[in-house]
Formats: sequence, structure tokens, C-alpha cells
Amino acid sequence: MNFKYYIWVILLVSSAVLLCGGQTALAQESAAAAAIVPASGPLEVIFFWVLAIMIIGSALWIALTGSVVRMAVGLFFSFGGVALLFFLLQAYFLGVVQLIVYVGGILVLVVFGIMLTSSSPHVRYQVPRMELATTGLVSLLLFMVLGHVLYHAPWSTTGPQLPVSMNELGRGLLTDYLVPFELAGVVLLVVMVGAAYLARQEKR
Amino acid sequence: MVDWLVIQFHTQLGFSIVLLLVVIPAVLTGVGYSTYFERKVSAWLQDRHGPNRAGPLGLLQPVADGVKFLLKEDFMPAGADRPLYILAPMLSMGIAMLGLAVIPWGGSYQPAGLAEPLQVQVAGLDIGLLYLLAVGALGVYGVVLAGWSSNNKYAFYGGLRAAAQMVSYEIPLGLSILVIVLASGQLRLENIVEQQTALWWGFLPQWNIFLHPVSFIIMFTCVLAETNRAPFDLAECEQELVGGFHTEYNAMKWAMFFLGEYTHMIVGSAFMVCLFFGGWHVPGLAAEQTTLWGVLLQLAVMGAKISIFIFVFMWIRWTLPRFRFDQLMRLCWKGLLPVSLALALVVVVELFFNVPRSYWSLIGEVGVVAVALVAVSLFRIPVTGRQWYLPDLDNRTPLRGGSV
Repeated sequence: MNFKYYIWVILLVSSAVLLCGGQTALAQESAAAAAIVPASGPLEVIFFWVLAIMIIGSALWIALTGSVVRMAVGLFFSFGGVALLFFLLQAYFLGVVQLIVYVGGILVLVVFGIMLTSSSPHVRYQVPRMELATTGLVSLLLFMVLGHVLYHAPWSTTGPQLPVSMNELGRGLLTDYLVPFELAGVVLLVVMVGAAYLARQEKR
Repeated sequence: MVDWLVIQFHTQLGFSIVLLLVVIPAVLTGVGYSTYFERKVSAWLQDRHGPNRAGPLGLLQPVADGVKFLLKEDFMPAGADRPLYILAPMLSMGIAMLGLAVIPWGGSYQPAGLAEPLQVQVAGLDIGLLYLLAVGALGVYGVVLAGWSSNNKYAFYGGLRAAAQMVSYEIPLGLSILVIVLASGQLRLENIVEQQTALWWGFLPQWNIFLHPVSFIIMFTCVLAETNRAPFDLAECEQELVGGFHTEYNAMKWAMFFLGEYTHMIVGSAFMVCLFFGGWHVPGLAAEQTTLWGVLLQLAVMGAKISIFIFVFMWIRWTLPRFRFDQLMRLCWKGLLPVSLALALVVVVELFFNVPRSYWSLIGEVGVVAVALVAVSLFRIPVTGRQWYLPDLDNRTPLRGGSV
């Protein structure tokens, strides 16, 4: 039997478990939030399921397809779905940052790299069976750890449910968290200069 | 469920849903008639008649085109990557339409017997501006995937060009928007519009265009580039790349790229109208109208402003020749980027002295342009045109029968 089917089964079962876990978490959240935010109708639940299926389905596509560009497209939908999930949870800033940084920035570069290196749509990526088995095992272990954390973590359902406003966020970044913020900027600058140095043509 | 619907209908959510059902068909119709308009404008600029057979003045031409697109044989190149080939036009159109959600179309509407006014806007996000920027950044995928999945080298080059172009022009676009964000201190589009409804000397509306004209020009250039319109339409450059990224597309799939491009134009125009031209603000009326007729008037004014922008897009397309690719990149990285950075710095200085949105903004913008012009001419900085490091004109092999 092909190893691919084992992976299928593992991924499907794990995604089903994850979906149910997320669903219960959301139900608790909305029950607690109902006191503060009155508008939590059935729409949220419907959108949650649609998004969850989209995220997990595209993640599955990444794992199972053989073409590298199709994997990138799967990643696009996966990242996009996470961004929409942030929107659903009213964390608009996080959602937009997810869109700008991951979907609009990093993924474009990934797609660029793939396109410049792969020659034709018909090149398929072949995974050796041994590799498939080890990755499957590692993913299973990771899933077990994550599932354990998901079920046993003390989720706070009584804390402040209202999202942090843009104002507070900006103020925080420029006052309390200025040093980490600047540090991240410096690191990115160093990376950029390094990349430019590496990509520069040698002077002859 | 019924109770819930009834409750929702009198709230912002219900109103937003209704608005969505109005906005999407309206924009799609607008897109259809933009194609008609484009052909008429091009005909006018080239001293021709344009479409005039289908219906009076050719007004039924978009309908006829739509029918034609639907009935055409829908074929696919043999070597295409099927799912991506089908997905690309959908992405192109779908992503372009996402931007419609946050545009404030007509202020707010106060129906009788309702405590709070309803926003004439599908989603009043806190960070509507950032959302529009993020959604604009996604526009590249449709083009790139189309180019790649067609299994055609011309299409592929078109896709790559589009990707490089869009990624580059996003940066000056973001910086010129940053100027407005800093000056107004707002990320909500409706608040930015509201801020512009005040008057100077009792008659001149405080539109940002009067304060930040240079930022507007930079933003306009970037929107042209982001929508892949001429003179930046290198992704579909006919002379070099056959049809560019959509070489292998036909029938409705091709039409969806077209719809995506025009929707992108409408969203981009609405964006610029909101940031620089006071959005739904009617110049004669000082304050916001919340009655039904007032809102309709504001909607009409918004539509008129967007139409003017679309006309300018077309005017430019049929007037200016296309850039060369190296010129395009140089214009972005050496021309627009430093200037827009300098403009952002100038606004920060104005904020430091607490004089944003005053005549100092105009002075600052003009000053930056003056300094840039002086620097370019003094240090002979190449921004467009022929470059000093390209082969020397005088050392070229002369053409037969004459000197260079």
C-alpha cells in the first residue's frame, strides 16, 4: 500500500480533531463574550467552519500535491484563511499584517523563486518513501503535543474580550516595546544589506 | 432565525448586506460600461467612431460582448497546469473585488426612528486603509499564476514582469499613503473623508489634494502601475510578449482578467478619491447629508469623481507610450521612492512642529520637488531615459549611410 494513504488518514483524522477542538473553544469564547459583545450570531460559527475547512484543506493540498507552484498556491489559501480568521475574531490589525507580510510579501518572493528555478509545470516533486514515513511520524508527534496543549491549556474565557485598538497598539510599539521593535528593524536591515551584498555582482 | 434576520435588518449588518448586494452588481455594470467607455475614448482620441452598431450609440456593446464571451469555445492549452490555469482568473477578479468592502460610498444615512446612523459602507474597519493596501498587494497572484500555468514563455515573462513591477510599486504607494495617514492621524477611510469636508475661507474644501499634490501624483503613478495600465502595462506588452500573461486565455476566463483589471481601476480610483478628493463630499455643501436624498447625492458625486479618474486612466493609456522595463524600475526605485520617503519625512517634521494640514504641507511638498530637481540636475542623477553606464552613444557602430 502506498504511504501516501497513511498520511491522508493521519491528516484527515487530525484535522477533524482540530476542527472539533477549535469549535468547542469558539463556543466557549462566544458564550463568555456574549456578555460583553452582543453581536455573536450564527454567522460567526458558519464563517469559522468555512475558514477552518479552507485552511486545513489547502494545508492538505500543500502536503499532498507534487507540484511546487501548487504548494505555493495552497500556502496562499492557508495564509489567507488565517488572516480571515483574525478578521473574524476582530483582530483586524493582525489579519492585515498577516496579509501584508505573509501573503503579500513572503509568499510573493517564494513564488518568484519557484518560478525562476522550475522550468515547466510538468516537473513533479517526488518524495522518497522513507522520507514520507519519517515526516509522517514527526507530524504525528507534533500533532499529539499540540493537541495535548490545546486540551489542557487553561484558556481564559473571562478576561478582556475586546480587541486592543490600533491606537494602543501603536503607542505600545513606540513606548513600552520600542527596543524590541527597533531591534527587529535593525535585524531586517542587516538581512537586507546582506542579501544585497550577496546578490551583487563581483567587480572585475 | 427569522427573528434574528429581522433584528439584523435594522442594524449595520443588515444594511451592509443590502449594500453589498447593490455595490457588487453596480460595480460589475460599471466595469462593463468602462470597457465601452474605453473604446469610445480611444476612438475619440484617435478620431474614429468607436462601437456604434449594437443599440443606440453602441450602448448595448458590453451586453453583446458578454454574450460572446460566454458562448465562445473554452479551450485550454495542452501543457497547462489545469487547476491553476482555472484558478488564476478567479483570483484576479476576486481579489480585485475585496477592496470594495471598505470604501465609504456615501457618508452615513439616518433613517427616521433609528438611534444611530447607518454607515453607507460595507465594513467600517478601524484600519480600512491598511486593509486596502493589503488587498492591493494580493493582486499580483492572478497575473503571476496565469503566466506560469499557461506553459507559454511569453505568458511566463509577462507574469514575471508583473510580479516585479507590482512588488516594486507597492513601496512608493505605501509611502505616499503614509503621508496622508500621518497628516490626518487616521486609518479609517470615512474619518479621512470627513476631515476633508471642512472649508477654507468659506468656499474652498479642505481636500488633501491642495495640501499634498506631489503625494497624489506619486500615488496616482503607483496605482497606474499596480493596475497594470498603460504606460506601465509591460505585463501584456503586445509588441514583445504577444499578449503577455493572458496570451493563452480566451472566452470568459480572459474576460475575467479584464473584469479584474477594471474592478481594480474602480477600487483604486475610489481609494484616491477618498484620500485626496474628499470622497463623497459635495463641494457646495459644507456638512455631511444624512437624509435619503442627501446620501443619494453624495453617492452620485462619489460616482462622478470615480468616473473622472477612470477617464484620466483611459486618457493616459491612449496618449502616452509604454515605458521600457528598465525605465520602469528606475522610475520606481530612483525616482518615486526617494521622493516619497522625503515627503513622509517632511510630514513628520510638520507633526513635530504641530502644523499638519496647513499651508506648511504645500510648502514642504513643493520644497521637496524643488530640491529633487536641483539634485537631479546638479549631480546628473539618472531617473529615466538613457543611462550613463549604458554603451556610449558616440561609440556605437554607425548605421549604414549616416552618423549617429
